[in-house]
Amino acid sequence: MLPTELMQEGDHLMTVCNACRYCEGYCAVWQAMERRLVFKESDLNYLANLCHNCSDCYYACQYAPPHEFQINPPKTLAKIRKYTYEQYAWPGPLAKTFRKNGLLVSLLTAVVLIGFMMLASASVGSRLYMPVRGGDFYQIASHEVMTLTFAAVGLFSALALLIGLLRFWRNVGEQYSGLANPAALMKAAKEVLSLENLDNGGAGCSTSEEKSSQALRWFHHITFYGFLSCFVATTLGAFYYYGLGWHETSGYTSLPVIFGTLGGLGLVIGPVGLLVLKQRRDPDITDESQHGMDISFIVLLLLTSISGLLLLVLRESAAMGTLLVVHLGIVMALFLTLPYGKFVHGIYRSAALLKWALERSRPAEHNLGE
Amino acid sequence: MPDDSRKFDVDVLIIGAGNAALAAALSAREQGASVLVLEGAPKHFRGGNSRHTRNLRAMHDAPTEVLTDAYTEDEFFNDILRVTGGLTNEPLLRSTIRASATCTEWMKQQGVRFQHAMGGTLHLGRTNAFFLGGGKAMMNAYFASAKRAGVRVLYDAEVTDLEIVDGEFRSATAMIEGKPTRISAKTLIAAAGGFESNIEWLKEAWGPAAENFLIRGTPYNMGKVLKRLIELGVQSIGDPTQGHCVAVDARAPKFDGGIVTRLDCVSLGIVVNKNGQRFYDEGEEFWPKRYAIWGRLVAQQPDQIGYCIIDSKAMGKFMPSVFPPAKAHTIGELAKAVNLPAAEVEATVKAFNDSVQPGTFNHSILDDCKTSGLKVEKTHWAVRIDQPPFYAYSLRPGITFTYLGVKVNDRAEVLLTNGDTARNIFAAGEIMAGSILGKGYAAGFGVTIGTVFGRIAGTGAAKLALNPNGCNGKEEVSLNAAH
Repeated sequence: MLPTELMQEGDHLMTVCNACRYCEGYCAVWQAMERRLVFKESDLNYLANLCHNCSDCYYACQYAPPHEFQINPPKTLAKIRKYTYEQYAWPGPLAKTFRKNGLLVSLLTAVVLIGFMMLASASVGSRLYMPVRGGDFYQIASHEVMTLTFAAVGLFSALALLIGLLRFWRNVGEQYSGLANPAALMKAAKEVLSLENLDNGGAGCSTSEEKSSQALRWFHHITFYGFLSCFVATTLGAFYYYGLGWHETSGYTSLPVIFGTLGGLGLVIGPVGLLVLKQRRDPDITDESQHGMDISFIVLLLLTSISGLLLLVLRESAAMGTLLVVHLGIVMALFLTLPYGKFVHGIYRSAALLKWALERSRPAEHNLGE
Repeated sequence: MPDDSRKFDVDVLIIGAGNAALAAALSAREQGASVLVLEGAPKHFRGGNSRHTRNLRAMHDAPTEVLTDAYTEDEFFNDILRVTGGLTNEPLLRSTIRASATCTEWMKQQGVRFQHAMGGTLHLGRTNAFFLGGGKAMMNAYFASAKRAGVRVLYDAEVTDLEIVDGEFRSATAMIEGKPTRISAKTLIAAAGGFESNIEWLKEAWGPAAENFLIRGTPYNMGKVLKRLIELGVQSIGDPTQGHCVAVDARAPKFDGGIVTRLDCVSLGIVVNKNGQRFYDEGEEFWPKRYAIWGRLVAQQPDQIGYCIIDSKAMGKFMPSVFPPAKAHTIGELAKAVNLPAAEVEATVKAFNDSVQPGTFNHSILDDCKTSGLKVEKTHWAVRIDQPPFYAYSLRPGITFTYLGVKVNDRAEVLLTNGDTARNIFAAGEIMAGSILGKGYAAGFGVTIGTVFGRIAGTGAAKLALNPNGCNGKEEVSLNAAH
């Protein structure tokens, strides 16, 4: 449930915006809004997750503060989004992790890192600090142990994300069958992969009243595709190992390493860009309480890529053992926190875009025009 | 005494910072003139009433990226003739319309972005081009262009006096960083808007009724520049009670309520005054013509207030207002909820319901649902108000802008009371719109006038400033040349 005050703020926002509609040329939020006359909590939850947080509407708004109507769509919708993350989280008791997210993610990362180091020290002893022939990771951590632990955690996180997705879907009033609508899936996929809603006809997002740029869109793309590339690398690696039975460590020119390297580079450039943009973002449109959540996720991605790239380059040196354990620890922390951190925005935003694709295929209930 | 310690000396001084002012500033800068823009408002509220606008009306003979179909010179001309009831300057109107044809392209070059013609739920896509994000986004684009072009803009810079000698502008005094400062310039462009925020001035025209008017736009249009120009011998034009006056929700803020305070459920029910009596045919016209007359109608009622009463059948059939309506299960309770005399309202609704004739309701045409036998008939969309819950919205006159202004020629030069043309004073936008609009309004035409005359004034003023002894290229910058 949204707190009453936030519910009222959201209702006020949508009432003013729906009476104005000057922003209808911007993003999907405003077109989706125009299909409604009243805004229930579920509508606000949906629109909040459909928002890509670009802020074009804010700088164009004649009712933005200091106007007495105090219209601030990016900030109000961000606040609502955070509550939806809590509301859909599974298992329920972990929902509270969204409250002090930055701190919790950092603590968990530290705990996992220390734990992994202790385990590694205990199991391989001083070999951890010596070079390994051919940079063979499995001399440090056996393939079976790595696969089992990461698969278990990965499956759990995937399950938690799936349940969150289904909870969102029901909450915003959709039938499960909609999740398998091919036409809508195609439309939504296109919008997810292109971030069309951040493009704004080529101008990109407003960063102030007089400036706009594609930077947010591009750095998000680099991060997203970097992440995807790393995912492909891991999947390919697993396929080579189990499917093809290749147990040799992959060389620099092997596909998993190429994907992993490109992805790793993307996950350096993208997150650094996002961090810079975050620092520069107008505080008037930012929900400060989410700073920790945003930063911790970006930093975790960055640490993953940096430790991964270092590992690749230094795999034949004495640092390999430590780097491997650190990298695995960071990836473990990332996996564990995927359903309980900023990553979930991707799930709910994609689902909101899917709902928007479905909505567009239905006739409008109201056609008021002017 | 003005403080002369900080001197400003520019080619073109522009007072005001709305669409007309920035169009003038950018055009003057294009000619190479140095330009200073004085905005009386703080930066947050810059742009005058342009920040509340949404589109401009533009003629076009074929579809463009931002306009559908065609809107010919003659059709445009006839539309304005009709809304003004002929109270216009026909040659000036015609040349304005011709010049409107190049406005959207020029504005795009200045960074202004438009919605795609087919997008959105817009019915006006044929006659009007819509700014992406509305008027404030348009102004933001202009200010960004102005900055790039080297136009200097000062905020919180209210002009308190003008020095005009024998029809020639010498200097202006403005509050700059809180100090009265004299600014001399070779030419002046007055683009400071009308006087609708000046309640005292409105009262001179309307009497005490003006106390109850709501001002939909900027609180900064006090008309000081307009008044000073008139005092210093510039010819005024227009009736001070004329302008764009619409019915808005009575709970709207006194100033700056903008678009969201408009209410368009009049045609779906009845409107009564504070005595519970109907006073005008609610079914006479479509929006936006209906919208443009109801402000004035309410202004003529006691205490300048009206109440629109509808039943649940009407809900969902009109653009939602930003304020929730009063709601009750009987007409009597509804009347009490909005402090109307219950017995009178009940009698009015009963009389109305009893006189509704059979018909087929269709809100998109002038249908055959009407009343018969009432003193004030409702000629279309008349259906019984009988399905609870019932709803009431209170209405007040909402002044959008005023028409009393300075008179200009087709080169945007102001005319003097002695019949001469001012040597170096130009005007653009709402401050001179009365030269074309005597009364009535057609959506988006104010922005058209602003862009057309802003461009002409800016170009003309810059040429004059840069070449004061030449023939100053007046012929080149006339309206038709801008076409």
